[in-house]
Amino acid sequence: MQRLANILQLGVKEMRSLWFDKVLLFFLIWSFSLGLYEAANSQSTELRNASVAVVDEDRSPLSQRLLGALRPPEFLPPKLIGFADVDPGLDAGLYTFTLHVPVNFQRDVLAGKHPAIQLNIDATRMNEAFIGAGYIQNIVTDEVTRFVQGYRGDPPLPIRLATRMQYNPNLNGVWFWGAMELVNQITMLSIILAGAALIREREHGTLEHLLVMPLTPFQIMAAKVWANGLVVLAVATASLTIVVHGALAMPIAGSVSLFLLAAALHLFSTTALGILLATVARSMPQFALLMILVVVPLTMLSGANAPTESMPLAVQTVMLATPTTHFVSLAQAVLFRGAGLDVVWPQLLSNLIIGAAFFAAALARFRRTVALS
Amino acid sequence: MSAAEPVARLAGVSHRYRKVKALDDVSLDIPAGCRVGLIGPDGVGKSSLLALVSGARRLQTGTVEVFGGNMRRARYRNQISPRIAYMPQGLGRNLYATLSVFDNVDYFGRLFGQGRAERAARIDELLHSTGLTPFRDRPAAKLSGGMKQKLGLCCALIHDPDLLILDEPTTGVDPLSRRQFWELIDRLRARRKNMSVIVATAYMEEAERFDWLVAMNVGKVLATGSPADLKARTGAAYLDAAFIALLPEAQRAGHRAVTVPPREMETGGAPAIEAEGLTMRFGDFTAVDRVSFRIERGEIFGFLGSNGCGKTTTMKMLTGLLPPSAGDAKLFGQAVDPHDLATRKRVGYMTQAFSLYSELTVRQNLVLHARLFHLPHVQVMPRVAELIERFDLAAHADALAASLPLGIRQRLSLAVAMVHKPEMLILDEPTSGVDPVARDGFWELLLDISRRQGVTIFISTHFMNEAERCDRISLMHAGKVLASDTPAALKHSRGAATLEETFIAYLEEAGGKEPDAAAAATPTKMPTAKPARGGFRLMRLLGVARRETLELWRDPIRLTFALFGSVLLMVLLSYGMTYDVDKLRFAALDRDQTPESRDYVQNIAGSRYFLARPPLYDQAGLDRRMRSAELSLAIEIPPGYGADLRRGRSPEIGMWIDGAMPFRAETIRGYVQGLHYQYLNDLATRHGVTSPTAAATIEARYRYNQDFESFNAMVPGMIAILLVFIPAMLTALGVVREKELGSITNLYVTPMTRLEFLLGKQLPYVAMSMIGFLGLLALSVSLFGVQLKGSFAAITVGALLYVTATSGLGLLMSTFTRSQVAAVFGTVIATITPAFAFSGFTSSVSALEGGAAVFSKIYPTTHFLVISQGTFGKALGFADLAEQFTALALFVPAMTLLCTVLLRKQEK
Repeated sequence: MQRLANILQLGVKEMRSLWFDKVLLFFLIWSFSLGLYEAANSQSTELRNASVAVVDEDRSPLSQRLLGALRPPEFLPPKLIGFADVDPGLDAGLYTFTLHVPVNFQRDVLAGKHPAIQLNIDATRMNEAFIGAGYIQNIVTDEVTRFVQGYRGDPPLPIRLATRMQYNPNLNGVWFWGAMELVNQITMLSIILAGAALIREREHGTLEHLLVMPLTPFQIMAAKVWANGLVVLAVATASLTIVVHGALAMPIAGSVSLFLLAAALHLFSTTALGILLATVARSMPQFALLMILVVVPLTMLSGANAPTESMPLAVQTVMLATPTTHFVSLAQAVLFRGAGLDVVWPQLLSNLIIGAAFFAAALARFRRTVALS
Repeated sequence: MSAAEPVARLAGVSHRYRKVKALDDVSLDIPAGCRVGLIGPDGVGKSSLLALVSGARRLQTGTVEVFGGNMRRARYRNQISPRIAYMPQGLGRNLYATLSVFDNVDYFGRLFGQGRAERAARIDELLHSTGLTPFRDRPAAKLSGGMKQKLGLCCALIHDPDLLILDEPTTGVDPLSRRQFWELIDRLRARRKNMSVIVATAYMEEAERFDWLVAMNVGKVLATGSPADLKARTGAAYLDAAFIALLPEAQRAGHRAVTVPPREMETGGAPAIEAEGLTMRFGDFTAVDRVSFRIERGEIFGFLGSNGCGKTTTMKMLTGLLPPSAGDAKLFGQAVDPHDLATRKRVGYMTQAFSLYSELTVRQNLVLHARLFHLPHVQVMPRVAELIERFDLAAHADALAASLPLGIRQRLSLAVAMVHKPEMLILDEPTSGVDPVARDGFWELLLDISRRQGVTIFISTHFMNEAERCDRISLMHAGKVLASDTPAALKHSRGAATLEETFIAYLEEAGGKEPDAAAAATPTKMPTAKPARGGFRLMRLLGVARRETLELWRDPIRLTFALFGSVLLMVLLSYGMTYDVDKLRFAALDRDQTPESRDYVQNIAGSRYFLARPPLYDQAGLDRRMRSAELSLAIEIPPGYGADLRRGRSPEIGMWIDGAMPFRAETIRGYVQGLHYQYLNDLATRHGVTSPTAAATIEARYRYNQDFESFNAMVPGMIAILLVFIPAMLTALGVVREKELGSITNLYVTPMTRLEFLLGKQLPYVAMSMIGFLGLLALSVSLFGVQLKGSFAAITVGALLYVTATSGLGLLMSTFTRSQVAAVFGTVIATITPAFAFSGFTSSVSALEGGAAVFSKIYPTTHFLVISQGTFGKALGFADLAEQFTALALFVPAMTLLCTVLLRKQEK
């Protein structure tokens, strides 16, 4: 009972410290509101406003048809350029794609000579190049096919294809990035808050003071975990409802409370990790750098930015030991696919185990290093 | 005294911190060329007055003239700052803990524009005369309190000031060091007759030696005059008494001389504290060497000794904070056990340095500790109220601890140590910096609880009159206990009249006399100080840069991160991160089960992008397995597919794609459609006809990266991204850390300009980051085999501009935040997300709209990304990238300008 009271009191103190630092509060709110909103809007990997230039040497109805098929919002209206302008334009980054329709293209198509259209892609623009190239190829194939069918009166294709997008029918990238930004902010900010709170106490000598009181390192750490975790959880909840669900209009397929439960478990792991880092670093500048070295891979390799299944197996295995991978996959499952506890319990369990391991490691180091400093 | 112009003249000066009024309409002329003392209780505005005179704090109302000029004018302050030296309150607060003694003084010499030879001569002279020469290379953090104060004095005196302002310079300093400190000041004044010295002090015996005194109380000046004047005016024999007589009636009433009631000997019971051969070694340094003593219950046991002699370490071992290297300690007859919480409740401990929560108010601190010590709920508030009254904290009860003057903070710490009515108090210099009246009040309290409640008190102090009140005292030096007895017996043993003499006799006998500086009375001929010029000076900038570099150099962990952090991240990320989409898991719901349907599924399974999973049997299974992310794609083949295909009835195949991750879903759709057309072509070929989908072919050429591996495209982008994090984080704490630890005062009171300070701080980190950049470049070209097609010069110049911009971003965070936590937080927000989201790394900047588009045009990563990708992949040079270079080149000075505007040259 008294132990719980200690943890409660220390946690309340922790929150008072946070409340005292108004700049910090501003950053906290910013990152979960406007910062998140802008990042979600800008990072959408859908194809938008891609720039295409066309060298049309055929000037036939078919080539006109191709030009007309490259439409907004995916593409900017195509620019007609001369052959000599292709390379300089690509070099300067004016166009991501150039399409070269050769002389007598339409005639050769109808004559069954399989003429070739050349598509140049600026491969330095990773996502845009990749998705855009697929789009253009399909558009060209579609248009040519329809043109030939219409001209020759061919029967429809022998097999028709109906693709359906599950969970996000319009492939709205803003939803995805909004949810993933939320997840990333939760991870990054909780690690910093909990870790920096411990370093601050060390640098100001207050930690030593706590250690001569009838308090155990466990209680001191537990207070930091719950207080900082709760603050982030509260801001994240508001962000999920007001910004992600509200402003970004993302439908939440699954249960909000299940997501919040998972976020709470995740915060247990990340705050414990923050404290662990703080016991390794000896000063705030060291902590700041160490934190960057940990947080960047943790968020980049978690599956929130790129699919995990394409990563090398070793990386996938290592990342299974981090809380972010589980939380990201859980967030995607609950928020988009409407998965329930029956589907995501392994992730919840993993984060509980990982959190406990981090906490135990931090506790061991805390006892060893902090007492001696 | 001096009939000349006063050195400083205050007229109608008031100063307030939020609700608290520190100075209330003070008008005062401080005479030049003499030693002026500021005396008065804690929190009456002494420090505020000194900070205003030195120009460190911004004037609110009234006028302050120093050397006949108005201190409100920034230009004038800059002009005369070389003539003023200011040493703030607190041990070594304006020093740099990791720098050596020499480097600390050297840094100040550089700030005042002294050349190499001049600095060397001055530093030699100063270190010699303060007896610090043997410790020339010792880091400031490892100096004792007295030595730190002497070093602070050296730093203050390096530029031959005409006005020396010292704020409680001897607080927490042992008597021997204190005596040496004042002898030093006297010698310096003997040489520089015109130097004025203004000192705030809590020691009345020191004040006796000053020429002119200002007695202050609650923001007002009570009286001025020589010590003799003041004594004569009040008819008191000692200054203490004189000061008390000057106080208003109400304040005086509570005070009376402290009398020590005799202790009734208790019999029986284990001693309260028992130490046997207690030893503490740090590496090969023995801090405490076989210390033994016994303290009876109810006894007041004093611990005296020079700074750094091991008192604090001994106390920490008794509290269980430090496990001893050898020997053992018992509290209440039981061995000290760091895990024994029950004993902790019986002990109250007060550390030497302030260790309460500065962001909480006085009352909140007390309540928190009362609760943590598990006072019954109903007793918490009465106990807190009692302590607030007893320690005279009512006026400050709702002030933040951070805003309290030193003396009041000490009182709060004491109150906190006693909140749970412990049976034993371990107090480490509890009265340092506390004014005499409050100190007496505190001792009455101690005597009361000791005699009436039998509380054992183990106290260390530098005040001899306090030591006299102890039942027994131990003299400690260099880790050893020299003698232990009653004060009277100790005096008797050395035949000395006062305890102070006894103490010094013991110390000198033990060789504790710090190398004395009598020899320094013959001053070496020093070059006369050239008045430092105002305006921008490269030398000061380099001085700041040099100090920053030294600090980094002394911290190998940070240095390693600074140099190799980016490379390490690059290895991790480039190995792990990929935007390739493959190894996609799919399953088929084949409702047809004919050779045709199996053929179609086989076509997908044969692709290198897809991995086949066990087939699906129903819609429920499809939903479940897609929901759990086991499948990214499900193929549904309708019943009768084979038959329909044979009869040319154009059956329809359904593809279910997991759209949760749109980027991946788009790619899957592209793959599926491509495979579908491919299949139709194959089908047509098998039947000897031409499929309409094969009417034309598309030759796709991926430029600049023929294999279109995400890796090759990612490396140049990664360089751009990584050069944000570490450079920004390196500078992010540069300014705010100095704010938090106190050395920012040096910016306020030296001729150093804000621009010199900021650029000097940035310079070393730009250099470090460039080494990091070259590391990234080497790694990309050698290990990753990504070819640099363009100009090396172009990308290097670009990187230089870029890391200057990104480290400027960190510096910006550092200038406007107030805590290190906030600076780290802000830097993360300003780097990680924007670098990925707004720079064009993941998606094209042409797709951005609104605020994000504007932001991305300003953000440096956007531009360096183009430079990096252009030079790596497209063989571009300066001319092609002129726009990006210009953007970066504009960002750098804009950032510096913003920092300069946000940084203050005076404390608010």
